[in-house]
Order: sequence, then structure tokens, then C-alpha cells
Amino acid sequence: MTIKTLQTNDALCTGCHICQLACAMCHFRETNPKKGALRIAGKFPSPGHFHIDVCNQCGDCAAACPTEAIYKDNGVYKVDEEKCDYCLLCVDACPYGVIFTHPSMNVIFKCDYCGLCVHYCPTGAIFE
Amino acid sequence: MNGYGGSVLRVNLSTGKIKKEPLDTQMAKNYFGGRGFASYVLYKEVPAGIDPLGDENKLLLISGPLTGMFVPGGGKATFASKSPATGSYGDSNVGGMIGAEMKYAGYDLIIFEGKAPKPTYLFIDDDKVELRSAEPHWGKGAITCEKDLKDELGEDFQIATIGPAGERLIPIACIHHDWGRQAGRTGVGAVMGSKNLKAIVVHGTKSVPVADLKSYRRAYNKMFKFLRESPARKVWVDYGTPGVVEWVNEIGGFPTRNFSSGFLKSWEKVSGPTMRKEIVITDKCCFACPTACGKYSHVKTKGREFYVEGPEYETIAMIGSDNGLDDIRDIAYANYLCDEMGLDTISAGNIAAFAIECFNKGIITEKDTGGVSLKFGDSESVFHLIELMGKQEKIGELLSHGVKYASEKLGQGSEKFACHVKGLEISGYEFHRAPAMALAYMTADIGAHHNRAWAITYDIEAGRDKIEGKAERVILLQHIRPLFDIMGACRLQWVEVGLSLETYPPLFNAITGFDLSWEDMLKTAERVWNLTRCFWVREVPDFGRSWDKPPARFLEDPVTDGPTKGAKMSPEDVEQLLDDYYRLRGWNSNGIPTEDKLKELGLEWVVADLKKRGRL
Repeated sequence: MTIKTLQTNDALCTGCHICQLACAMCHFRETNPKKGALRIAGKFPSPGHFHIDVCNQCGDCAAACPTEAIYKDNGVYKVDEEKCDYCLLCVDACPYGVIFTHPSMNVIFKCDYCGLCVHYCPTGAIFE
Repeated sequence: MNGYGGSVLRVNLSTGKIKKEPLDTQMAKNYFGGRGFASYVLYKEVPAGIDPLGDENKLLLISGPLTGMFVPGGGKATFASKSPATGSYGDSNVGGMIGAEMKYAGYDLIIFEGKAPKPTYLFIDDDKVELRSAEPHWGKGAITCEKDLKDELGEDFQIATIGPAGERLIPIACIHHDWGRQAGRTGVGAVMGSKNLKAIVVHGTKSVPVADLKSYRRAYNKMFKFLRESPARKVWVDYGTPGVVEWVNEIGGFPTRNFSSGFLKSWEKVSGPTMRKEIVITDKCCFACPTACGKYSHVKTKGREFYVEGPEYETIAMIGSDNGLDDIRDIAYANYLCDEMGLDTISAGNIAAFAIECFNKGIITEKDTGGVSLKFGDSESVFHLIELMGKQEKIGELLSHGVKYASEKLGQGSEKFACHVKGLEISGYEFHRAPAMALAYMTADIGAHHNRAWAITYDIEAGRDKIEGKAERVILLQHIRPLFDIMGACRLQWVEVGLSLETYPPLFNAITGFDLSWEDMLKTAERVWNLTRCFWVREVPDFGRSWDKPPARFLEDPVTDGPTKGAKMSPEDVEQLLDDYYRLRGWNSNGIPTEDKLKELGLEWVVADLKKRGRL
């Protein structure tokens, strides 16, 4: 399943990180929320809620990529790992901080709108 | 190793030496993790008879095979040590994120040994592990310290801290984590303080391997699907644990005025719905939990403004009702005071109620309290007592050691209403007329704590005056519930939301590669239960039946009002409960595990040890 939009409602997020578990399992077949392509941050002790950062497919990353490793496919920006030379210019360019790296990888990864986070979110904090 | 981080971190705080050891696979097979590892490592490594607050005690932080996994409620960690509150086996469970995080860094078990020469914190970032100075943080409140370390190190670090109470080695000090989750019980915070360890900070990025990916995915999907569709889950998310206030009060189980009653007339003022409406701003959960029972509150009251996670049911019961308080904002403020100070709200609330009763009976006076008159139903009395205990000032010095110690010093009959078992203050269920719950408290292996067997529901279901069958149920629960602590998952999905226990073995086996039935898994829980019992036998010279008795309050003082008015336990019932319990457990009539039982459980090495000591 690929979804068309990805929206969030911080007020509904409970900080469970299930979205990240689902994302990492979908894309890497691994149990590791650090390989999820979205970010959950707690804003505590005040104002006392969570904040969700997800990709909205704005394309700033593709525009910044010098090797055309990030390309548009059916409205979704995807990564061609063969072309990615890990310069991290996309990381700097992303307005939401949702181009991800991981110590075990030498390419970046990002949201491909698979929709698994929406499916697994127990509260509807991430929705289509 | 599938389902595990794979390593043990041994941190000697005296020498500063940090050693990474491979996880003992035999230990993993026999004890799984969590409090299973706690029971084994404490028995093996902590010498008999040592001072819980001395250098020889060890503090353990442990995850479990389900911790950090794609498992509903897979966010539990266990802190364990020889307890300064009880002088014997102690552990305390905590949710939040730190159990998962340490596993992503590759560690299933962290063993703290010795004592740091100066205030220190442990820093872990995957393979980078070092001891750092905590001198700038010493003296800070537990929440403040977490905030400052997060600001300094980054949002991705998971942090456990102690407050000033832990630094002062107060036996009811807790360990704080994730803005309001606590390993509250048995004084693990004091042990951390005794080691000059102010905080533990962890960041991990590694994946956890599983044995059978396909079965794992099938198993967790089944669980999440059930929970997604469960109407019970919504109720728990709406109200959290305070949702049970109404029911517990209705059956006369809501501790009121130092367990003299089980009924608070104005219960609606402290119910889940009231709390939600009045103070809750965010639903907050532990790692991988779809049932966010944590309620994060923003409170403005009487010129005070603060944020606090909770209050939870236990805090409402013990700080609130047991002290006659019925203002949810006041209870939240006392909760905040305890959290920042680093005091367990259950013990602090229980002790405050004991102190107020002592005051009412003239056993302590205004001279002891700094001129303050103590009253049930008066929030300022409770705030004052928390301050006195946290700072160990005036009568607070004595009280901070718990009701057992305080009542032994105060005398004058106060022992009769000191509500503890084995030196641990009773938590939030009144049991004058609930024999299964009474037995659960009497026999819980850390002292009077509810979460080993929440048997009060069975009293209602099976008939609350009935004795027959109660021991059997308590034993079953004492295996099931601790098994969750052993696996590193939260039991709430099962006990509150109704997720079937049968869903766990396929999941557990897929993750670990073990091939175990639910019965096999319960056998491990029984092994752990017997091992913690043997820890008591080893540590306490006269340990036995007399240590499993309820306080005189429950036998001598009938309930003053509410649905259980007039009820009290009979001595015959107490003895019958213990007879049944020991027989079914395969223990002798003094409550000591028999050689046969221990051998059946593969604990031959414990038999040998206890025999050598002349204790078996």
C-alpha cells in the first residue's frame, strides 16, 4: 500500500514509537526504531506533549542532491541507493529533519509513503 | 543471541573499570531476563549478610527478551538490589524507554558494583561507555536532573536519575525515568545513591536479532490487531490506572485513613474521569505500548503551577485516599514533590498516613513535626510530611526509614497499625475482607506489593469470605504476573485489556528461538519465585511463617465504614491461607522451600548453598 498524503496530530501522539518499529520492519526487516523514517520527540516537562516529524514529499532533498539519487516516483521521493554517495546535503536541506542516517548504513533513507505508520499508529496521530 | 542485546556490562564504580561480558546463554535459558536475571545474579553475586547500602551490594538494570521488540508493552526494565527497605531481595519494575534503549546499545544487564569516589553518572552510546562526573548535578531534583542531562546530551538519550532522597540513602527512595516513570519500590534509589551514582544515560542504535522473523511478525500482528479493536483499550487510554478508583472503592478496597477503611465517600473527586477533565493534558506511554495508561498533567492550584506524570492509581490511593485527601490537584502536587525528591509515592503515602494516625493517638506531637498539627484530609499535613521525610528533618528522619522501623522505635502500640509486610509498606488495596489479596501481600517476594498477584478481583469473583481455592489462584498469579516482568513486557495488555496469554509463547519462541509452552514458561516463573524466597531464607536468620503475617490492623481493627464495614481477618483464616499456600508450593509448614521442590526446579546449587549455611 502506498498512501497519498501523510498528516500528523501531535496532540494524539503518546510517544509509543510503534510507527518507527513498523517503518523499520517494513523497510529493513529489522527490530530497530532507529531505522524508522520519521521522528517522535517528547517535549517535557513542559509543554508536556510529543511532536511528530514526517516527510511531506516537498522535494527539497531531491533539489539538494548532487547525484540525482533522490527521484520522484508517482508523487513520492525515493532513494536510489546505488547513486547515493552519502554527502548528506539532503539532510541539511530537509526542513523537517526527516532524512535519516544510521551507523550501520552508508546511504541515507527516507519515507516512501508506504503507510505502515498510519496502519500501526494506535491513536490516529499519523493519518492519511 | 536472538532476542537479546547479547552483552552484560559490569561497571565497577570503585575502580572505574568497565567490562563488557557476553551474556551467559545458560542463564538466559533458565531465567529469561528481567527479574529472572535479578534473582539469579543477586543470589550468586551479592555476598550473604552484607549491608544493602554498603559497597558490596550491587545494583542491576535489566531488560528482557521482549523489551525493545515489536511487542505491545515491550518497554519494561527491572532495577534490582538487596533492599535497604527490607534487608532482603528487592527489585522494582519501570516502564518508559530505558529498557529498550539499553538493548539497542547491546546490553541486557548492567551490573553496578562498588562505590564511586565522587558523584558520577554512567554514559552509554552504543559501544562507547564511560563514567562521567555528576558533581554539577548532585543535589538536583530527579526531574530537573533528567531535563538538564537531556538538554546537554540530546533528546535521543534515555535517562534514569535519583533525586535528593536517593542521595541521602533514604530506604524509600526511587529511581526516576522518562519524566514520571519510577522504579519505585524496595529502595533501589537509595542503593543507587549509596554508589554515588546520580544517573544512567543510554543511547543505542543496534537492531535486535530474532530467530524466526516470519513467525515473529505473525505473532505480533495478531496481538496488535486484537488490541486495536478492543473497546477495553479505549477506556484504559482515557483514564489510565485511575480508571479503577470507582470499582475499587465500590468493593471497599480503596485504602482510607491508614487502612482503617476501604471506602472514600468523596471518591468521585479523585476518579479517572475527574482527573481527565481537570488536569490531564497528554496521554503518555511506555515503549511500543498501544494502551497509553500514562496521564501527563498540568496543574495550577493554590498559587502553584507544575507538570507531573500522573497521579497513577497507586498514588491516588496511597497519597490521596489513605491520607483522607480527595482533591486531585493536591494529590498531583504531592506526587510532584515525591517525584522531584525521588521518593516512592506508595511508601511515602503509607508512611504519611501512619504518621497522622500516630499524631491522632498522641504518639507523635507538634514537637516532632516542627509545630505542625497533622490531620487526615489535610493536604498541607501530607506535603509537610513529604518534605520532612525527603529532607530527613524532625520526625521525617525516623519516618523516612519506613513504618516498620519507625513503629519499632516509637512503640506505644504503633506496630499494630504500621501497614507493611516484611518491612515494605502495603500498596493501594485494602484487604480486611479480601483473603486472596491478603495472601498476595503476605507472600509477595519483595514485601507487601500488589503487582505480584492482583488477586482482589478473584476475591470478588469467587466469594470474598471464602478461603478455599484462594492460595491456588494467588500462586498462579504469582507466576503469570512476574513472568511478564521476566520477559520485559507489560501485563496490562493481558490483565486489563484481555489479550490472551496463549499469544505469548509463539511470540517468545519466534524471538528467542526457544521452544517453550506456556507451562514451561510458568515453570521458569516458579523457579524465580522459589529462588527469591531462598534469598530471604539466606538473608534473614529467623525467616519463616511469622514473616508472612499481615499487620495487626487487619486482624484487630474492624473496617470503620463503607461496604466492608465491620470486617476483619480471623487468625484462623490467616493460618489456613498460609497452610494451603505452603502445601501447594511444596514448602514446609514454616514456609521454607523443600529440597525436593528446589531440585525439581533445577535449583540444586541453591540446596547446596543453603545446606552449607545450615538453613535447609
